[in-house]
Amino acid sequence: MSILSLKTMKTNIGQYAVLHDVTLEVSQGGVFVLLGRNGAGKTTTLRSIMGLWKPSAGSIHFRGQDISEMHTADIARLGISFVPEDMGIFGGLTVEENLILATAKGTFDKARLARIYELFPALEIFWTKQAWSLSGGQKQMLSVARAIIEPRELILVDEPTKGLAPAIIDAMADAFREIAQSTTILLVEQNFEFAKSLGRDMAVIDDGRIAHSGSMADFAADKALQDRLLSLSA
Amino acid sequence: METITKIVVRFGGVSLLPVAVALIAFVLIGAPSSWVTLTVAGLAMGMMIFLMASGLSLVFGLMDVMNFGHSAFISFGAFIAASVLAGLSGWLGSELIILNIAALFLAFTAAILFGMVAGWFFEAVIIKPVYKDHLRQILITMGALIVAEQMILAIWGGTPMTVPRPHFLEGSFLIGDVAIEVYRVFAFLLGLAVYLALYLTLNRTRIGLLIRAGVENREMVEALGFRIDRLFIGVFMLGSALAAMGGAMWAGYETLITPALGGEMMIVVFIVVIIGGLGSIEGTLLGAILVGLMANYVGYLAPKLALTSNMILMMAILLWRPNGLKPAVK
Repeated sequence: MSILSLKTMKTNIGQYAVLHDVTLEVSQGGVFVLLGRNGAGKTTTLRSIMGLWKPSAGSIHFRGQDISEMHTADIARLGISFVPEDMGIFGGLTVEENLILATAKGTFDKARLARIYELFPALEIFWTKQAWSLSGGQKQMLSVARAIIEPRELILVDEPTKGLAPAIIDAMADAFREIAQSTTILLVEQNFEFAKSLGRDMAVIDDGRIAHSGSMADFAADKALQDRLLSLSA
Repeated sequence: METITKIVVRFGGVSLLPVAVALIAFVLIGAPSSWVTLTVAGLAMGMMIFLMASGLSLVFGLMDVMNFGHSAFISFGAFIAASVLAGLSGWLGSELIILNIAALFLAFTAAILFGMVAGWFFEAVIIKPVYKDHLRQILITMGALIVAEQMILAIWGGTPMTVPRPHFLEGSFLIGDVAIEVYRVFAFLLGLAVYLALYLTLNRTRIGLLIRAGVENREMVEALGFRIDRLFIGVFMLGSALAAMGGAMWAGYETLITPALGGEMMIVVFIVVIIGGLGSIEGTLLGAILVGLMANYVGYLAPKLALTSNMILMMAILLWRPNGLKPAVK
């Protein structure tokens, strides 16, 4: 069953047409990976889903409901959370304040908080620290933790491994594996090894169009296709 | 040098700047009684400027709106409060302190209510169509300021208006050989109370948390499920009400006001917002106190430099800290 469906979506940024024709079906559960070269339209796709850039044509359906004209805040309230490429943390707020802002009632569910401490122990240690003082990896953990502090149905994650040390990337992969057991993740990633280890389904976007979609296992086995679509050997 | 820096940071960092300015002024002025009088005047002036500037800082920081029409709320606040006080002159002259307080309360309430309603109207009609377009914001808000000044001229005329003060705020009291004006102490305490209320709201409530987060990253606040445009309206109304209240306080301080009052204060208000750091209430307070102290000390030591002293202060601070003394965004 599809949780998210994009049909012939087009998005312009200013006078530039960035997405020409994006059609995607993301099924419920697991990690769906959107791959592509720099500037192919991966981030624009996520931002369009989130309502941060409005598509000029086509449709976006979440659980059968058309969300293409909805306000970002209303989209978030449907159960979609967003981990942007720049992490989007509030540097002047403490770790606790960053997380409490993402809760609907301003209070934590103890069980979920305990799960977050388990996934990202650093956040408990730096609980009262202002977020600007965290390291890059800790900021990324905070950004992901904020996306799961409340039950969500779909998490949009934009390049979470960018600039992170290998040890942190491994920890992040473990966290995503666990999160994906209860939530669907749409992951945009350039690190193919990381994406391969997590993804169940995948698509490649190129020049604002979906160039390929299918199972990650099939794509990972087809070196020629990888080279053609991602220029991995270049 | 590093040790000195660490010690300074430990004891307050840039928050110690007003103390440093006051100490330097103490040495230059020489006469302790004059220094105390000027310091009290500077603190009172700083607090009134803080009232006028705090709203603008939040609007600037949260909404990224360059509102050159902010001073219209200051002018209207001053004239509305002055009119209410003039209408209640019988209460002001009364020996009964309760009538004095009632008159003052009604004058401030009228100014604040006007600020809130006018702020709501201003945001909905003038600001909303030009969000994210700085050039049009400057043009349209400056146009609105001119219209507002002409409206004040049409309603109250061009003749300077005398502002009566409540009996209990008249005169001075003596500490040793230093005379301290009662109104200045009142202005300082009222400004401090407003600062504490704002500080607690921003740091201890969910609305405050949303405002602080919105100043840093509006997009992300929306992605967390909050309609920040609705928060904008509330902040704009609050900012306008604070400006009107600052105008009302300033009217009582000056006791003679003209329609150009808002325009004259606007330069100082912008200096305070810029040197304090956009969207930062602590920064605005720090900037306002610095500006108030500098204006009074320089006015005494080198009157010809009084007008330029705050410009020099702003340039020096921007060269040192381009984002202001206490920027909201780290």
